[in-house]
Amino acid sequence: MNSIITSAVLGVIMMFSGIILKKNASIVYVAIAGIGILLIMGMLEMSGYHFFPVDTRGMLYFDVFGLLFNCIAFACTLVYFLLNGRDLAAIGNYPGDYFALIFFVLCGVSIASSFNNLLMLFIGIEIISIPLYILTGSDKRNLKSNEASLKYFLMGAFSTGIMLLGIAFLYGASDKGSFFLDDLALGKSAGSPMMMTGLILIMTSLAFKVSAAPFHFWTPDVYDGAPTVVTSFMATIVKAGAFIAFIRLFNDAFGEMKIQWQIFIAIITVFTLFIGNITAVFQQSVKRMLAYSSIAQVGFMLFSLLGLNNLAKEGIILYSAVYSLSTIGLFAILVRMKDLSFQGFNGLARQYPVVAFTATIFLLSLAGIPLTGGFMAKYYMIASVMQTGQYLWLVIFALLCAAVSVFYYFRVIQAMYFKEGAEQQLELSAGFNGMLILLALIIILLGIFPQVLINRLYIIYN
Amino acid sequence: MIPVLLIGIPLLAGLIGFALKDAAAKSWALFASLLVLGVSLAGISMTDSPQLHFSIPWMGSLGSRFAVGLDGTGQILCLLTALAFPIIFISTWKEPYKNAHNFFGLMLLSQAGLMGVFLATDALLFYFFWELALIPVYFLASQWGGEKRIAATFKFFIYTFLGSLMMLIGIIFIYFHTKNHSFALTAFYDAHLQITNETQSWLFWFIFIAFAVKMPIFPFHTWQPDTYEQSPTAVTMVLSGLMVKMGVFGVLRWLAPVLPMGTYMWGDTVSTLCIIGMIYASLIAMRQDDLKRMVAYSSIAHIGLMCLAIFAITETGIQGVMIQMFNHGINIIGLWIVVFLIEKQFKTRKISELGGLAGKAPVLTIMLVIITLANIALPLTNAFIGEFLMFSGIYSSRVTAYNIVFVVTAATTIILSAVYMLNMVQRVFYGPTNTVTDKGVDISPGEKGVLGFIVVLILVFGVYPEPLFRLTQEAVDLLMKKMYFKP
Repeated sequence: MNSIITSAVLGVIMMFSGIILKKNASIVYVAIAGIGILLIMGMLEMSGYHFFPVDTRGMLYFDVFGLLFNCIAFACTLVYFLLNGRDLAAIGNYPGDYFALIFFVLCGVSIASSFNNLLMLFIGIEIISIPLYILTGSDKRNLKSNEASLKYFLMGAFSTGIMLLGIAFLYGASDKGSFFLDDLALGKSAGSPMMMTGLILIMTSLAFKVSAAPFHFWTPDVYDGAPTVVTSFMATIVKAGAFIAFIRLFNDAFGEMKIQWQIFIAIITVFTLFIGNITAVFQQSVKRMLAYSSIAQVGFMLFSLLGLNNLAKEGIILYSAVYSLSTIGLFAILVRMKDLSFQGFNGLARQYPVVAFTATIFLLSLAGIPLTGGFMAKYYMIASVMQTGQYLWLVIFALLCAAVSVFYYFRVIQAMYFKEGAEQQLELSAGFNGMLILLALIIILLGIFPQVLINRLYIIYN
Repeated sequence: MIPVLLIGIPLLAGLIGFALKDAAAKSWALFASLLVLGVSLAGISMTDSPQLHFSIPWMGSLGSRFAVGLDGTGQILCLLTALAFPIIFISTWKEPYKNAHNFFGLMLLSQAGLMGVFLATDALLFYFFWELALIPVYFLASQWGGEKRIAATFKFFIYTFLGSLMMLIGIIFIYFHTKNHSFALTAFYDAHLQITNETQSWLFWFIFIAFAVKMPIFPFHTWQPDTYEQSPTAVTMVLSGLMVKMGVFGVLRWLAPVLPMGTYMWGDTVSTLCIIGMIYASLIAMRQDDLKRMVAYSSIAHIGLMCLAIFAITETGIQGVMIQMFNHGINIIGLWIVVFLIEKQFKTRKISELGGLAGKAPVLTIMLVIITLANIALPLTNAFIGEFLMFSGIYSSRVTAYNIVFVVTAATTIILSAVYMLNMVQRVFYGPTNTVTDKGVDISPGEKGVLGFIVVLILVFGVYPEPLFRLTQEAVDLLMKKMYFKP
């Protein structure tokens, strides 16, 4: 409960800070302090300190898995603010509002990671989505941004409708007539046609939210149109947040009847991996490439829904952390670049060795090369599915796709290191460079000692 | 502690190397590589010392340990790696590299990766190093290579990466079949008891494909000539002298004893691929005009023979493979040095543009002829010992019905190798000089020293191979036991 209430309050504070504080820099400082407090609150909650004893009547259920994920989301946002806070404030005329909206999204993420009731799932997902529609269009005078915002809103609203319909079906199908996860798949109703219909509708809607193919069509346009700073946030923390809701629902409520729905997930995974990776190869802009690569990465995350064991839970925690950190790092660099095409990166290594080196680490991590966290994340995903002894063909397919992904990630590395390019002027402070190096070190640390993070799942506090 | 030093010294030295000035980095790299050589010699001279093994928990929940050990098949390859790097550094001493500190830093990192591959006794750790050895070499070849370097090395990277990913599936699969879910080498050796023959049969290919790409075995070889040609020669030496041995080593340590039934079942198929590759590569080598490409193709043929001998599964054959891995590394690095010296002096590698070097550079010629003869495996040279053992092993193989066919066709490639190697010697070193070679001079004393050292190694091990036998005997025994050919 700590994080839900704190993030909501912080959102309101940020709104007012926009009125009171006149300088962008001071607003950024307030936001960084706020996210710091939120992170501490989240960690305290994990350690068993609950400051807000609210009786949710079991509609929210706080377990280590969800709380740990919250902490990861907050930590990633902290990194994001530290790297890109200034750029976020500089999007338009209302710097306070952008930070406020981000805190509201985090509030939604905290609910989505701890729901125990379908209504809470719905509310969580909506609280995540609505601020994002606004953030996407926050670059008001840019037509592309407006278009992206409208597109996202229309498609998002539509998918929300589908989710509601699915919830209604599930409610109708459950024996007890209840929205609680524990009551859903009990008794005769488990696997009834009505329940399956509801389940598939919810699956479709959540697949839309995490941009899994074939429900991904909004992703490239929205990611491309939104201001790059916002894309960074959408593609990482938001996506992982929606994913946690996904795995929570299907693991907790429908884990027993997984034979019936896993085949649909397998099909979605195949589409996602294939479309994400193959389309990314043909992109000319790094930003668009990252949009497609984020689709491809979701394909790997979906493996956790096929595994549904301890390895899967550990894996998704690691995956969301590593994927978010690597992508935030890359986008932070991208925000400072003027030319977002692959040519824009030519010869970057000579001029800005730190940026090029850290970008290389982030890219290697996304590609899943050992010694980076990305490898261990992919390893957990693959191992969790292989432990079930099923879907080996899917694992092979995924690894073939991972080999394809090397193709487009390495194009950036090749441009930076092996090609000559024109001089360019990037605004980089020493703090920014230092932060990038720190981020790269964290990613390498997670690649060598993933248990630093994963063991948190098993520490029990009283 | 010795294995940790063997990995740690080049790793640390490499990282420090990035921070040094260009000239200092060069000396630093040489110093570090000599230090590694010293440590490895010390390690090999010890027997059964607890210093040779090191193991601490690493990823506890996964059952993986940071376990390294200097034993078995790894020993001789560690020695080769430790020996090769100082030779490479000295022989290319005068080559001016842009951003030399990065070059030497990456070279040392690649040595650390190679050492890790040869020393790891934990499958996940092995996989880590397997990939890590690749990354620095990728950067080395793409940054300092020839004109088409980016495309060529990228092809190389994609090939090996795809192979490694397949191997990863294999490793995870075996991991779930070990008792207590462990990645330890010993656990892997017992895992086949839990895996049915049908499963071993397809699992074999998942792991073999990674090694086949690295060796390379036909039809996975197409990356190799391009990459060798486009890489700077120092990197080509690493690639062909050491990295291809990773493939052979992988089969000897991580495939044949882990999946014995799979290895028997596919023995004939793999052997046939080896034979096709050997003949094919030898024929292409005869038609090459570029020295680097010719040596590259000759390397495919030699490695093919080693792989053939492994799948014959005989004690003599496998002993031959181990000895030949060492000898081939020495010989091919010698050949690359000669190619490097020729290219440095005459700015060309085309056989048709050279000629009459013998008169201008007699010492170089003598050295080259000896290395060439070693490459054709003439008696009294080191390669003869290895190849003889391998042929006799293939001939006496009990696991294949086609041993005679394999021996005869494989032996043909020796004749073919004599054809292209001697043809090269004749056209490059004899005959009249031309405008390119008119002003040729002999090599410097330093270069003489390096080549002389290689020639001495060739001759010494050609006459007295006993140390190599002793070094490999234990590993061969162990392997034959694991393959159920010895009680």
